[in-house]
Amino acid sequence: MRKLLLQAAAAGLLVLTVPAASLWSAAVRSDDRAIVHVLNRIGFGPRPGDVGRVRDLGLQHYIDQQLRPDRIADADTDARLAGLTTIRMSEEAIRTQFEQPQIEARRQRQLSAAGNGTEAQPPPPSPEMQARSNQVMLELSQQKLLRAIYSERQLQEVLTDFWFNHFNVDARKGRDRFLLTTYEREAIRPHVLGKFRDLLEATAKSPAMLFYLDNWMSADPNAVRPGPRAALRPGNRQRQGLNENYGRELMELHTLGVDGGYTQQDVTDVARAFTGWTIGNPRQGGGYTFDKRRHDGGEKIVLGHRIAAGGGESDGEQVLDILAAHPSTARFIATKLARRFVSDTPPEALVARAAARFRATDGDIREVMRTILSSPEFLAPDAYRAKIKSPFEFIVSAMRATAAEVQDATPLVRALQQLGMPLYACQPPTGYKDTAEAWVNTGALVNRMNIALALSSNRMRGIVIDIESADLSQQSVADAPRSRGDGRDVVDRILNGDASDSTRATVEKATTAVQMAALTLGSPEFQRR
Amino acid sequence: MLSRRVFLKNGAFALVSVGFAPSFLTRTAFAQGRAGRAKQLIAIFQRGAVDGLSVVVPFGDPEYYRARPSIAIAQPGTNDRAAVDLDGFFGLNPRMRPLEPLWATRQLAIVHACGSPHSTRSHFDAQDYMETGTPGVKSTGDGWLNRYLQAPRVEPASPFRAVALTGQLPRMLQGASPAVAMSQIGQFAIRAGQDGAAANSSFEALYASAADVVLKGTGRDAFDALKMLKTTDPSRYEPAAGADYPRSAFGQALKQIAQLSKANLGVEVAFAELGGWDTHINQGAAQGQLATRLDDFARGIAALTTDLGDRMEDTVVLTMSEFGRAISENGNRGTDHGHGNAMLVMGGGVRGGQVFGKWPGLAVPQRFEGRDLAVTTDFRDVFAEVVVRHLGVADAKPIFPGYDVQASRFPGLFRT
Repeated sequence: MRKLLLQAAAAGLLVLTVPAASLWSAAVRSDDRAIVHVLNRIGFGPRPGDVGRVRDLGLQHYIDQQLRPDRIADADTDARLAGLTTIRMSEEAIRTQFEQPQIEARRQRQLSAAGNGTEAQPPPPSPEMQARSNQVMLELSQQKLLRAIYSERQLQEVLTDFWFNHFNVDARKGRDRFLLTTYEREAIRPHVLGKFRDLLEATAKSPAMLFYLDNWMSADPNAVRPGPRAALRPGNRQRQGLNENYGRELMELHTLGVDGGYTQQDVTDVARAFTGWTIGNPRQGGGYTFDKRRHDGGEKIVLGHRIAAGGGESDGEQVLDILAAHPSTARFIATKLARRFVSDTPPEALVARAAARFRATDGDIREVMRTILSSPEFLAPDAYRAKIKSPFEFIVSAMRATAAEVQDATPLVRALQQLGMPLYACQPPTGYKDTAEAWVNTGALVNRMNIALALSSNRMRGIVIDIESADLSQQSVADAPRSRGDGRDVVDRILNGDASDSTRATVEKATTAVQMAALTLGSPEFQRR
Repeated sequence: MLSRRVFLKNGAFALVSVGFAPSFLTRTAFAQGRAGRAKQLIAIFQRGAVDGLSVVVPFGDPEYYRARPSIAIAQPGTNDRAAVDLDGFFGLNPRMRPLEPLWATRQLAIVHACGSPHSTRSHFDAQDYMETGTPGVKSTGDGWLNRYLQAPRVEPASPFRAVALTGQLPRMLQGASPAVAMSQIGQFAIRAGQDGAAANSSFEALYASAADVVLKGTGRDAFDALKMLKTTDPSRYEPAAGADYPRSAFGQALKQIAQLSKANLGVEVAFAELGGWDTHINQGAAQGQLATRLDDFARGIAALTTDLGDRMEDTVVLTMSEFGRAISENGNRGTDHGHGNAMLVMGGGVRGGQVFGKWPGLAVPQRFEGRDLAVTTDFRDVFAEVVVRHLGVADAKPIFPGYDVQASRFPGLFRT
């Protein structure tokens, strides 16, 4: 009974898509097109057979399932991740097994260079040390790709990518490359459909963010004693004082948005509130700690709210309360989510409803997502293929569309560097842009075509695509209305039957299925989602 | 079929007569330089807000040393890490020494206390404003350099008229006029082994017939550029006059700009960028974090100008960064976001050897909002002067909408 109701609800939603039928190729059932749309938005695109599976399940039921990832079994993905040992390690284990040996080796090299009396730079690290130092980031990147490609919890992966990017930390800044594994796993991932306030505090207290935006160093200029880090390194004592980097980005990028209504005075007072939020002594675990000796105990005024003197650690928590509850934050987050899931210029009415839901639910991200995903705007015809895929979405969707077997994701990690979207290495705290103009340019397009060629012809080591495999063809027959059982239906399978006549004609002129796949993956249609 | 050597030897324009060259090569004279070449502009963006007070050091302002007890650059002559004296008041960061010859030969001008009339200290807004050329207006869709390219012209333009050696097309070049972005020349080709030609023409057909306006246009630009690029061989490029580019991404980007420029592909506007300037912590002085970035920056530009040789007569290299940094150092031997900054303008036609712009002073009452270097030259006056007096645009007003461009406000960077 419940299933029937859900299907009816889904059908109700699909009515909204009917006016679009004329825009869309007549070969495709309009309800299938809605399914493809949903799979492209709340996930990284359909795999062969996915459209049929969602059709059987009911579209609304599928969306509801995706909103509760904890209830979706995902053992196959876990099995694929089994070999990536560092992704399950504690921060301390990564520090002792990867970061410390590297620091020690560097010290030894410096000592030996000094011992030789040479002015020259110390020798470069050994290849083994280099590989070991890269292992943590490489495994984290492989993990991200494998989950996006194979996980059944597609929405969770999309949102993990979204929120990591929202609270961006660049792995290339200092020791952050050893901190991002736990940052993503413990600060981001558990909260992607939870309460925004929890997500905000988890990032605020993460060593990765404290380091990236310099708050770990920020101190009351009048503090009497040096902080613990300075005491540890007498040769390189840091001066004590206020650093407003985190205070500013917290408001501009994480919560209110740049036009959210804060002033330079607010930036300064927020920075003062967070003095003392720092990274603990490694010997005591090296996690977040509050150091009251660095804290500025005076009164602060933040966005008109008075934070009384003497609040200590709670000053920062009060700031997070103020920011999370601020209407500008609701709007800013609603806008960004709508931009990701609906279009580069999301309809104002939808943003307003999503922002209202954010405020009504105390920043419950699952409920905001539900509002967006059940909105008529989400399934409206002009939202269909309205988004240009980011390089990450392009790569992952290509893997999924071709049922690729990824034994080693390293070549994909490199491909993303070439495409201008190196994983975990976006330098500015804004994160990567989520609009078409950031990703549509001549060089990027040529790169995508080359990657399509390399993937289809199995020139990427560790990745196997079998275009003519039984797996791909038998599962997709139902999804590809023009299936003819030979190589010529490659275009329909990859584009789920929705290729323009000219694209189909050009692709079908190719002589092999491999070439057809390459052309289809590099086609204009496949660059959109 | 002409060989590459003939093409290069005779220059691109010789091909017109044999009916081989694409039509865009017939354009010659939009803003022709003295050597019969078109004028070119090479724009360099220092993303992250470089500390201009450490680049062009106001060592003659005593407040500088009071505000920066641990990160100031010493007065010239005091030690081997001191500033390089320019004019008795300003000095170059010693790591900028590779640019000293350009100053000495009057090919390097500096505009100090230059910046935006908007007070934002957001990197992202400030970069946006600097690239759109419309401070305070976020809705501007295209960049000012693209609007320059949109100016009406007689002949069709080369696909390489505007090129960014970056992974993403910078905002400054986004807009209606085509612009190429590529991170490496060598990667800019369809690679499919023996099937390369077939794949190339199939992809070209896919994009030529696409209903998707955005992708169709970008596809056309890409394939036009691909065709043209077949005439250069990136693997064999040898910089002239022993120009020694840093091996950094920035150095390599500049090297490729020189290569494209010298291949006579019709490059008129080129763009490169480098980050790492957001020095909130342990900025350093003549050594350290900032100095290392400046070393790359200065050596790269020095190599570029050396390599371009007499083409510098027709070239301007313009550097910019979204805003400067606070006058007083912060609590971590770094600097927080500020306001006014220094821009460098280099080229044979530049009235070099001078620091332009009124110096507002560093004392607290002279500061912007009590903390930052005040802006006395609107960056649009620098851009507009380059557009008018170097690139030869008669009316720059459409390029800077909402701004009353007046030659009387130009800093005077060019001989008129």
